[in-house]
Order: sequence, then C-alpha cells, then structure tokens
Amino acid sequence: MILKGRAHKFGDDINTDDIIAAKYLVSTDPVELGKKCMETIAPDFAKNVKIGDIIVAGKNFGCGSSREHAPVAIKGVGISCVIAKSFARIFYRNSINIGLPILEIADCDRIKAGDELEINLVKGEIKNLTQNEIYKSESFPGFMQELVNAGGLMNWVKNKKLK
Amino acid sequence: MGYTITEKILLAHTPDKKEIHPGEFIWAKIDLALANDITAPLAIEEFKRSGAKRVFDIKKIALVPDHFTPAKDLRSANQAKMLADFASVQALKNYFEIGQMGVEHALLPEIGLVGPGDLIVGADSHTCTYGALGAFSTGMGSTDIASSWITGHVWLKVPQSIKFIYKGNLKKWVSGKDLILYTIGDIGVDGALYKAMEFTGPAIKKLGMDDRFSMCNMAIEAGGKSGIIEPDEITWKYVAKSKKAKVKRQKYLKSDKDAKYSEIKEYDISKMEPQVACPHLPSNVKPVSQLKSVNVDQAIIGSCTNGRISDLRVAAKVLKGKKVNRDVRTIIIPATQAIMKQAVKEGLIEIFVNSGCIVSTPSCGPCLGGHCGILADNEIAIATTNRNFIGRMGSPKSFVYLSSPAVAAATAIKGRIAHPEEVV
Repeated sequence: MILKGRAHKFGDDINTDDIIAAKYLVSTDPVELGKKCMETIAPDFAKNVKIGDIIVAGKNFGCGSSREHAPVAIKGVGISCVIAKSFARIFYRNSINIGLPILEIADCDRIKAGDELEINLVKGEIKNLTQNEIYKSESFPGFMQELVNAGGLMNWVKNKKLK
Repeated sequence: MGYTITEKILLAHTPDKKEIHPGEFIWAKIDLALANDITAPLAIEEFKRSGAKRVFDIKKIALVPDHFTPAKDLRSANQAKMLADFASVQALKNYFEIGQMGVEHALLPEIGLVGPGDLIVGADSHTCTYGALGAFSTGMGSTDIASSWITGHVWLKVPQSIKFIYKGNLKKWVSGKDLILYTIGDIGVDGALYKAMEFTGPAIKKLGMDDRFSMCNMAIEAGGKSGIIEPDEITWKYVAKSKKAKVKRQKYLKSDKDAKYSEIKEYDISKMEPQVACPHLPSNVKPVSQLKSVNVDQAIIGSCTNGRISDLRVAAKVLKGKKVNRDVRTIIIPATQAIMKQAVKEGLIEIFVNSGCIVSTPSCGPCLGGHCGILADNEIAIATTNRNFIGRMGSPKSFVYLSSPAVAAATAIKGRIAHPEEVV
C-alpha cells in the first residue's frame, strides 16, 4: 500500500492531551474529533491538513493517557500515517488496533515540514520526494504484523475465535 | 534463570506456557478489565460492532463513571448513560453509579476488586496503580478492552523490568509522591518506555499503601508499562480489610534473587526534600526550595494519585487552624465515598472548610480539565495530580505544578510554592 502526502512536523513527547484535549472527549466521532486535533499546540493544524498528509515527530509520540480518541482524531483529520523516532506504548497499541499506520524511523530530523513523502507500508520504505532521500523504517515484530494484516485487533480476535 | 515478580504473574496467567521471556508476545488471561465514562463508550461501540452478544464474565468487568461525573454537561451525561445501559443489559456486577462511585484507581483496591497476583487491564493509563498491591496492571485503549470483554484475554509483550532501589529514611514531609517525581525527573518521560518499574529497597518497605499507590500510579509518566511493589505485611494488612480477604498468600509474588533486569537504579533518599514537577512535563522536576517565587491561583488536592485518606490527613495537618491565601482557590477532592466518610469522621473536612477550602464529591474533575476547577488564561495551579501537560487543567495558556498533598496545602496557605515546614 502506497501513501502519499506532505509532512507536518512535531517535536518530542507529543502527548495525548496535545493530540486531543480532554474537553473534547464527549464524542467518539472521528470527524468531530479530527477538527480539534492538535488544537492546543498547533491551532491551525486541522485547517491545514490535506487528506493523506503525514505527521512526522520526535521521540515518545503519544505519551500520556490511554484515550483511543487520539489516534482516532489523527485518522479523522485525514492523516494517513504517523512517523516518529519512537512511540509511547498505549498509543502504539491503539494505532495498530484501529488501523492507523505508524512507522518508527531514526531519521525524522532529516524530514522538513512540507516535504512530500511517499510511503510503501509493505516495504517499510519512506521516499522523501522533496529531498530525494529514502529512509527505512523498523519492521513490526511478527505478532504485530499479524494484527496489521488482519486489519486490526477486532478482526484478529474474530479470526482467532473461528479457528 | 530466575524471574521477576512481573514475569511470574504473567506466566501464572498463561497456562499454555512453561516458561516466559521478556520480548515474547503472550495471550494472557485477565482477572479484571475496567473502563470509565471517557473510554467505555468507544469500547462499548467496538463490542457491539463486533457482533458479540455477551461479555466473557459479568464479574470481571468494572465500569466506573468517574471522569466527567457527576455529569458536567449533556454530552458527558449521555456518555455516562452508555455505561449504565451496557451494565444493565449485560448484568455486570461491577458498575458503580454516583453514590458508590469513586475515582477508579482508589475505588477498586479499596473494595478488594483487585489484589496481589492479579492481572488487570484498564482503558485508563493510570491502571498501573494496582502494581502497589503486587499485581500486574496496565493501561490500554478502548478496543483492547472491548476485545478482552469478549475473550477474557489480552495480548501482551512481556516487558523487561527496571529495578529501583530506594535507600535511607524519608525526611519529614517527604512522601511516595516525592519519590516518584524524583524518579521521573531522573529517568525522563520515556525513561521506562515499555518496561515494568519494580520499586524496592528499605524505604519502600516502610511506605504505607497510599504512598505506594501514588508511586505505581505515576509509572506511566515515565513511559512505564507497569509499576510494581512486592507484597509484604503492609500489603496483606490492607488486603485483609477488603471483602476479598480470601486472597491466598502466593509464594510466587517475589522476584527471584537471580532475576534479570534491564537496568538497576539506586537512590539514597535520606537528604531528599519535597519535589515539584514544573510545567509542562512530569519529568521537569525541581526541589521545592528552588520554586518559592512561584505564585499560584489554585491548589488541587485529590485524584487517583493523591486523593486517599492519608493524603487528606497530611493536608489537614498542614491546614489545621490556618487560612488558605485569599487569592488561592483550594479544592479538596476525596477520591471515594469511603474516604469522604472517614475524612468526615476524623474531622478533616471541618478543618478544610474552616481554612477556606472547598470539598468536592469524588471525581477526576480538574485533573484532566474536566470540571470543578478549570484554569483561566495565565493562571497557575499546584496540584497533587499526575500530569502537567500544556492545557491539561484548562487554558492552553495556564500552568500546572505537580506536588505532594503536604506541599500543595502549604502552597495554598502561602499563596506561593512552599515547603510545609514554613507553615507548620
């Protein structure tokens, strides 16, 4: 699967209150949550995202609360993939469970805001079309790949039960 | 090869395994799966969407509407109602309506729904609190919890453990909260990413349960998967008070001498003064003496970190016979009904009201900027809660400092960040 979009840059330790403030957790609707995504730290973010765009961040992305509304809001605003140096563990689980593609790469700092990226999820390869560079992501552990292939946790559970 | 207490608990919940290793993925049986009025609605939607009819066990699911309750507005009322309706349809044994409800991580240990050796998952990041009882407990998202309601299992990656050894005697006014703030300040907000934090050492052996809960509660603030303390006499005494006193003293609830740790950290805490985490990260920690020029507009004493009876006792000790600064809104939130009742009985509530504090019914309330104490632009709060991210308690232009109840109470009196010894 190939994803293509512009990079939106964020720093280290972006927490789930940054991604979606608690006051908006009175909804489970992805589109409504998406409109408020990153509002606290980047008020114009939701307005500027074009469908398919990509978040590029530093270490420990998604730290803090367990709110699944965080990856739901990111998906809801139209982001196709999050690339970070590392992810906080609950956010990592949640993203895979709901089918938000996430990739870990060490080279996040080489990507500039607005760079056009093309991501091959199967190969774990990120092409920076603006800077003519290629980055390789860490591959998922076997079990995580199984969840991704199943299309998220609930499908995986369904398949498991059928067996 | 020896095992850590965390590995032993996980192995005991994976009957098809003979051994277990960090990094391995397991499909583990759960003893309890909880969710609250923010996370349960998504879980309930996922549960229904999956076509599942019944939960795996009506006794092993806890629904606690504690975050935006008593309902702060119509939309939060509708979310809370989803929990009540689901609990009713599924005949769940552990749904807690207002009146029985308390802040989930104070309530469930208090009534004995969680205990030593259990494996608990919750759609709330502070589920790691129950590690204080010698349980493996960790936070997850709503979909994970929905899946566990159907299967009675969760997938887990067996974590590596970091051992923290605390040596020396705590000085007066220094608490478990100060130890965990100091630790997070030392290792950073991702210092224990994906790992179990095992708190040990002579200083931990002397800590009361409430202090242990606040330490394990904040393991997530260092990125930890869980926090854990080996059960000892203090634990068993606490557990014996609850209805579930029949819990057996399992021998496996200790780390082996030759257990493997990814890291061992040792702290001499005998000279440590109370610690405060400055905006906007729980790792931005300084000793209280360096912050005495910070004026505050609001003080919050409560939450799943520090809303227990000994927290209220220490706050009352500082506040007794004094008035809080007239410019500081001081809000005390006992974490459960039982704590509230005990505080009334001991005269603590009277002390609080006499000193100019207000006392709220149990709720997470202001901790996450829900209600009952939202900060305006440019306002500063001291809080015994667990997070001080930008906008956490209200305005994105506000500031939150995290501390122990003793420091928060002293600060409320002085109107600026203060050491309790300045007022007592």
